[in-house]
Amino acid sequence: MTEVAAPDLAVVDAPRRRRHPLAGFLVRRAAAAVATLFVVSILLFAGTNVLPGDVASAVLGRDSTPAGLAEIRKELHLNRPTAERYWDWLSGFVRGDLGSSVAGQAVSGEPTPISGLIGERAKNTAVLALCTVLLLVPLSIAFGVYSATRAGRPVDHAITTFSLGAISLPEFVTGTLLILLVAQWLGWLPGVSLISIGDTVFTHPSILVLPVLTLLAASLAQTIRMVRAGMLEVLRSEYIEWARLSGHRERDVVLRYALRNALGPTVQVIALNVQWLVGGIVVTEYVFGYPGLGQALVQAVSARDVPYVLSVGMLIAIVYISLNVLADLLVVLLVPKLRTAQ
Amino acid sequence: MTAIAARMRFARTGSGRVGVTATLLLLALILIGPLVAPHDPAAIVGIPLQRPGSGFLLGTDGLGRDVLSRVLWGGRSIIALSVVATGLAYLVGLAIGLVAGYTRSLLDPVLMRAMDVLLAVPPLLFLLVLATGAGHSVVVLVLGVATVHVPSIARIVRAATQSVVVRGYVEAAVARGERTHSILAREILPNVLGTVLADAGIRLTGSILILASVNFLGLGLQPPRADWALMISENRGGITLQPWAVAAPALLIAFLTVAVNLVADAIARSLGTSLDRRRIAR
Repeated sequence: MTEVAAPDLAVVDAPRRRRHPLAGFLVRRAAAAVATLFVVSILLFAGTNVLPGDVASAVLGRDSTPAGLAEIRKELHLNRPTAERYWDWLSGFVRGDLGSSVAGQAVSGEPTPISGLIGERAKNTAVLALCTVLLLVPLSIAFGVYSATRAGRPVDHAITTFSLGAISLPEFVTGTLLILLVAQWLGWLPGVSLISIGDTVFTHPSILVLPVLTLLAASLAQTIRMVRAGMLEVLRSEYIEWARLSGHRERDVVLRYALRNALGPTVQVIALNVQWLVGGIVVTEYVFGYPGLGQALVQAVSARDVPYVLSVGMLIAIVYISLNVLADLLVVLLVPKLRTAQ
Repeated sequence: MTAIAARMRFARTGSGRVGVTATLLLLALILIGPLVAPHDPAAIVGIPLQRPGSGFLLGTDGLGRDVLSRVLWGGRSIIALSVVATGLAYLVGLAIGLVAGYTRSLLDPVLMRAMDVLLAVPPLLFLLVLATGAGHSVVVLVLGVATVHVPSIARIVRAATQSVVVRGYVEAAVARGERTHSILAREILPNVLGTVLADAGIRLTGSILILASVNFLGLGLQPPRADWALMISENRGGITLQPWAVAAPALLIAFLTVAVNLVADAIARSLGTSLDRRRIAR
């Protein structure tokens, strides 16, 4: 199975405590997540600020003069101690002040607040992610169960082989091949997400199709394999044999008896894949020029816009770690056994 | 010899055979390619964005360089860098895992919490942050990819070490008064190596995926280097005029990742583990 640690529930020993076991679990996990996020924030800040390379020289680029550099450094408070700058950034971030984009300042000459730059993009990214997840969950369960009930037959082989291939491809290759095939040779859909300023993705739903397909390819392949494996295991168990022997229709055996028990691990795997989508989305948005946070992040990294990368990176880390907590919670909700397991 | 024969068993399964053959073919192309390339991969030899034909088998790219020659040269970097990154990850991961698993001091929890924090950061975000702070270079890229692998390797090594430490031969070595580093290297390391290397193939696949992705984003290798992933992003602008400059490297990366993954999957299955253990590069 995956390397994910099973939710640590040993501490939530029901009889001793009055509190709801799930509440205790949630509090513990949330506290751990906040602590992790704190350390991650230090890591991100160190990664972008302590290493050689300097925001000031990134702003001025080629026409930097020592005087200009000193001026910018003073303006951005870069000559203050690192720890102090870290604290300023973190306390601002917690209050919702994401800082100012350096690249934006280089263009307009004015400090550009990052929070103003990312609103629309965050919405676009959320739409993309949501569409992918809404398709991922039912499709992986449907294909996984179907493949498991036809184990060893040609259909199953086809699904397994295809999914192994799809897992292997990096998103940018899947995306590029889709652009070549669907947009270039067949001319069915736009290959690049061009939206004029002021429009949203909702006015051009067709630009969502290829990015969603790209994201689905890898994650769906992974989840189908896992659902199939989980389902096969359950189908081999004794109580399924019993259900069959007592004359239930195969359809009922699969959907009513087997699926329920196969669902626990499945949810965990799907949740993991949703988490992995965080990385996939960045690449996919860049491939299609989709106007989301991921594309902006890559551009900011290219321009070495440190404040932007730092704040957007932190937002991504928050989403990533929250998804992790959510996945644990869902699994515990679905598999009651875990609540009391030692 | 029988041990090696048993180890090679994976190559006799259907998909394993296909994977091994395809990987060898591709390695041959990557190694021999530069010798047979008709042009210098960096030289401008014709009119930009010519379609295949007219003296250029795969046409020319946006600067007028020969696509075929660049494709023949462009596989080296991806293979070499991912092998180095994966090897480096194993060295560091082994060291951390062995120490954490053997010591009974505070060092163990400290090291492992550090590994947990690294695991909590999405790999691609980690590499992007690194590229922002330390610049876009091959060294940063390789070190970054290696770091992404270290936590999970260290965890597995630590668990394997802890199960070996309690064995009689380790206690005997301690009783004989052997030094710690010699116990680690001679008693423990040989016994955990098998477990640890079981998913080397999967990790190599992960390295290839993430390295190619970062190169594609333009944050690793820099032009005019001939690299498949870089070629795709360089030539995206001319895709309508000259799709082959994008299609050729894209198909080759697809071929490479699928082939290596087939081998990794066959090895993992012959050892009783599964490919689905962990997907690293996403």
